Amino acid sequence: MAYRNKNAAFLWGYRLYVLAFFIFLAAPLIAAGSFAFNDSLFPSLPWRGFTLDWFFNDSEPKLGMFHDRRLLSGLYYSFVIASIVSMLSVAVGTCNAFLFVRGQFPAKNALYILMILPLVIPGVILGISMLVLASTIANGLENRFDIEIDALRPGIALVVLGQFAFITTITSLVITARLKKFDESMEEAAFNLGASRARVLRTITLPFLRPAMIAAGIVAFLVSFENFNTTLFLVGSESPLTITMYDRMAKVGSTPVLNAVSFVLMLGSGLLALVTIAVQRDKSKG
Amino acid sequence: MQKDVKRLSLILLFTPFALWILLLIIIPHMGMVVLSLREKVAPRVYEYGLGNYIDFINEPIYWNTLLRTGSMSLLVTVLALLIGFPIAYYIAKIAGNRTRGALFLLCLVPLWVSDLIRAFGWILLLRETGVISSVLQWSGLVHEPIEFLYNDVTVIIGLVYTVILFMIVPLVSTLDGMDNAMIEAGYNLGGSGPTVLRRIIIPYAMPGIVSGCIVVFMLTAGSYLTPILLGGKNSSWFTEQIYDQFITRFNWESGAAFGFLLLVFTSFVVWLGLKITGQTLANTVARS
Repeated sequence: MAYRNKNAAFLWGYRLYVLAFFIFLAAPLIAAGSFAFNDSLFPSLPWRGFTLDWFFNDSEPKLGMFHDRRLLSGLYYSFVIASIVSMLSVAVGTCNAFLFVRGQFPAKNALYILMILPLVIPGVILGISMLVLASTIANGLENRFDIEIDALRPGIALVVLGQFAFITTITSLVITARLKKFDESMEEAAFNLGASRARVLRTITLPFLRPAMIAAGIVAFLVSFENFNTTLFLVGSESPLTITMYDRMAKVGSTPVLNAVSFVLMLGSGLLALVTIAVQRDKSKG
Repeated sequence: MQKDVKRLSLILLFTPFALWILLLIIIPHMGMVVLSLREKVAPRVYEYGLGNYIDFINEPIYWNTLLRTGSMSLLVTVLALLIGFPIAYYIAKIAGNRTRGALFLLCLVPLWVSDLIRAFGWILLLRETGVISSVLQWSGLVHEPIEFLYNDVTVIIGLVYTVILFMIVPLVSTLDGMDNAMIEAGYNLGGSGPTVLRRIIIPYAMPGIVSGCIVVFMLTAGSYLTPILLGGKNSSWFTEQIYDQFITRFNWESGAAFGFLLLVFTSFVVWLGLKITGQTLANTVARS
């Protein structure tokens, strides 16, 4: 390792750079989180003392987030949307993993690239293309058959479809990576012992995939929860949290209640991240 | 019999994939292209033609915005690579075993936090009444509040911040797979630091570099929140034009044309990048 101690000063400079980079990463998050506890009407300095009012206070002007109807309903809609998207995308992602790891069919590589594509299409374009198609179908049905289908108008159903369209790529990639590591002789052993296909799948293959499925589900949940670009075009009257927060920020101006929401969201994703790590760690032991 | 079972299960597995890609990706995008070719000639009367695209070419504001979005996205990509590469190298090659995992996780933390909150954090730091301005005044360096928001430098910093993780993560996994012996051999053969970097490390990391650059470029060009919140009304980002056409002016035909142009433009830049570096989509993005 001669090249390492060759230049101690260089290494220290390098370390300082890495440190500076992580301060850069953390700074805005700390700013967004910490002003939730400032006893002031504006999220800015000077510090006027510690308070939990922005979480729990029940009256204006310092209405806490847990008493703010619109924020709470945004949180609820985000939760509903993220849960549906995460279940759907894990289900389809698992099918895709089996399809591309085990299946033999023509044009496999081209179709694999097609599967990656939704991840690199700008979210705004996914949103408008979905909006255009759904509205065209809805208008056509209305004009020709006089049928009105609410699900095709901007609203929760469209938001779910729009997010599902690109989140499925993420879950497919995560689960595919895990399935590639599977040792197929384990399945063969079970077949030789007389197990049926369904039973092998249930008792051997799926348990092996479970950590990846849980991790993919959590990532899908978070990406859906945070999504803004695609959702913006598909949202109806039931706004999820990111849209509600953006409206507040753009129209009303920011109050520390938004910091309180940010803090809660960061805490929530931090906990989910820990769950993912714990699940992955079991994987490396087992 | 065995063959039939295989074929049946292949079809069963293929169905969700085909439905997903066809119904949610291919048909909507084709619908968008068809809509973009429609022009309104009178109320409720439409004709097919290239009018929306001709409008785009005739109005310098539109294509200037697209070019500006493209060039700023390229700048962000280059900056993310220059800033991110040393970090990725440190995590993969220099940090000890225990710090490596921790640093990698730290890198991922902002990924778990929404764009909106990250941009909000930057606003709190940089605005006229923000933390940095207050601290500068308090320390006596300046005597009046300073507005750091609403300029191109801030937008670029914010964008680099938002996307840099997507550069670091593929780089770390590529560099991680590189045998340290290759680097040592380079030094033993008398190569200097820069030579080893240029002749051994960078060629090895090329798939990771290209993969990171593609994802970062596409994310930047397609971003909406960061340019709007940090750049204000005059940020002139192309996604803002699309939103404007769709939601504010309710001109879906021209909005669809803009969307298609953004897609074609960004795909062209990615294709060009792949051609120049001699990589393919399959061995870069698809691999990670």
